[in-house]
Amino acid sequence: MESTSKNSDITAKKKYLISKGIDGFFEDIYDLYQFILRFFKEAFSAPVEWKEIVNQCYQVGYKTLLLVSVTGFITGTVFTKQSRPSLSAFGAASWLPSLVSIAIIKTMAPLITALIAAGKVGSNMGAELGSMKVTEQIDAMEVSATNPFKFLVVSRILAITFMMPVLVLYTGLVGMMGAYLNVHSNELTSFTSFFISAFKSIEFKDIFSSLFKALCYGFTIGVAGCYQGYYAQNGTQGVGRAANLAVVFSMFLIFVEELLIVQVLNSFR
Amino acid sequence: MDKKDTQIDTQETVISIKDLKKSFGPLNVLNGVNLEIKKGENVAVLGRSGTGKSVLIKIISGLLKPDSGLVKVFGQEVDKISEKELQELRLKIGFSFQNSALYDSMSVRENLKFPLVRNKRDLNDKEVNEAIESVLNDVGLPQTINQMPSELSGGQKKRIGIARTLILKPEIMLYDEPTSGLDPITCIELNNLILKVQKEYRTSSIIITHDLTCAKITGNKVAILNEGKFLKIGGFEEVFSSHDTYIKTFYDYNFTENNKIYER
Ligand SMILES: Nc1ncnc2c1ncn2[C@@H]1O[C@H](COP(=O)(O)OP(=O)(O)OP(=O)(O)O)[C@@H](O)[C@H]1O
Ligand SMILES: [Mg+2]
Repeated sequence: MESTSKNSDITAKKKYLISKGIDGFFEDIYDLYQFILRFFKEAFSAPVEWKEIVNQCYQVGYKTLLLVSVTGFITGTVFTKQSRPSLSAFGAASWLPSLVSIAIIKTMAPLITALIAAGKVGSNMGAELGSMKVTEQIDAMEVSATNPFKFLVVSRILAITFMMPVLVLYTGLVGMMGAYLNVHSNELTSFTSFFISAFKSIEFKDIFSSLFKALCYGFTIGVAGCYQGYYAQNGTQGVGRAANLAVVFSMFLIFVEELLIVQVLNSFR
Repeated sequence: MDKKDTQIDTQETVISIKDLKKSFGPLNVLNGVNLEIKKGENVAVLGRSGTGKSVLIKIISGLLKPDSGLVKVFGQEVDKISEKELQELRLKIGFSFQNSALYDSMSVRENLKFPLVRNKRDLNDKEVNEAIESVLNDVGLPQTINQMPSELSGGQKKRIGIARTLILKPEIMLYDEPTSGLDPITCIELNNLILKVQKEYRTSSIIITHDLTCAKITGNKVAILNEGKFLKIGGFEEVFSSHDTYIKTFYDYNFTENNKIYER
């Protein structure tokens, strides 16, 4: 049974505390809060849907792998190419490997992967759950004594949350490969010396903070996609809206989080 | 097809609804519904589109919460019991949706397998396959086993939807318009299926329908819903001997070439 206030009933509200828009905004925040609370409650209660979680992890990887490979590679190459002139102006072209690696690992890999996952996986969650909702498939699951929240929502959120760090590391490595190829063809740097100087400048806490960011972004994408889909209404139109909002919502939050996390982590240095 | 030999246990009440009310915002859908269903009894529910027939069975299965009133299934109040008790109760309730609600990312076989393997974990592969085949035979669609829902016709979807609920051998069946949109021959088969289910498993059923033949054949009782209440509940003949125009119109549309109901 739905335990949040936003179930399929339409509750009539004649009076608004402030105005319709502002009240609605705070109601949405409250519903989202309830949704996240329910996620944690059900994620940590037995039985765990291992099979479905693994299946969803596979889906996430399958859907994003090609795209993050291509984008990661291109970003690495282009970024190296663009940075060369300004470094050369100071006669510091030999710093290229460390500069681009830091940029890729610390910022570009997490952001690119997150944006691609939001567009590919987040929108898919919104659309898939949304259409299951409006065609009563979620209700059908519920009456056949399967907890749809656990089976559909929890497994998806967990899958993307765990897969994001993996994907971010992978994108980072592909990006560095792109950078290496560009450096190699221009400065004739060898593979080993490129990666030695790259990893000399990357600290463990850089990788750690990237992985931490990845976890946050993954969770955000999962929550945004599933929340929009699970509460979709109004037929096909609602499905499109859910997919759309899932992407917009998670991309916006990803940038906000990027800013916040960087601030917080910097204050620890 | 003889429904006289189905035994209804007059002692045991399976579903009991008292003064049930449900509204959506300003819209009062159910407004004091009372209903009792005994073990092994089929009740056909008739009523105009939008009178809340689907809402009623959704409340019985716990998908929607009542605003007020008492809804008891096997003596348990569906809106008061814990999540776990509700899950157990739901295993005994089969719900066939008005628009089938098949999982469209899964084939017919997987659709039928889903509720089975998730709820009866001790079955081996052979038993699962046997159960799937037998229930597909019951609904007359063994050839569709490997098809996807998008490849099925509306009527086929409906029957697979019913098969998916029958596979758990429920003690209560809630059919939401099982025969709507089907050809007469399939309707007859489905009516027979509903009777067979009633007889073999001693299920009690609520059959929502606009089809009076279906109501007459499958229902031990007919209940007419109008303006949020049951206007009349009783045997088919008894209910339709009424002079109420609402009830008469249902009858006339289905059974008489009555010129008076058309403005020709
Ligand atoms: N989740 C919901 N939110 C808001 N209103 C709803 C909801 N479900 C049903 N209603 C409203 O309740 C009324 C009854 O709906 P219901 O689906 O029960 O009708 P019905 O009797 O099954 O009709 P039909 O014969 O066409 O299937 C309708 O007016 C519908 O708009
Ligand atoms: Mg209906």
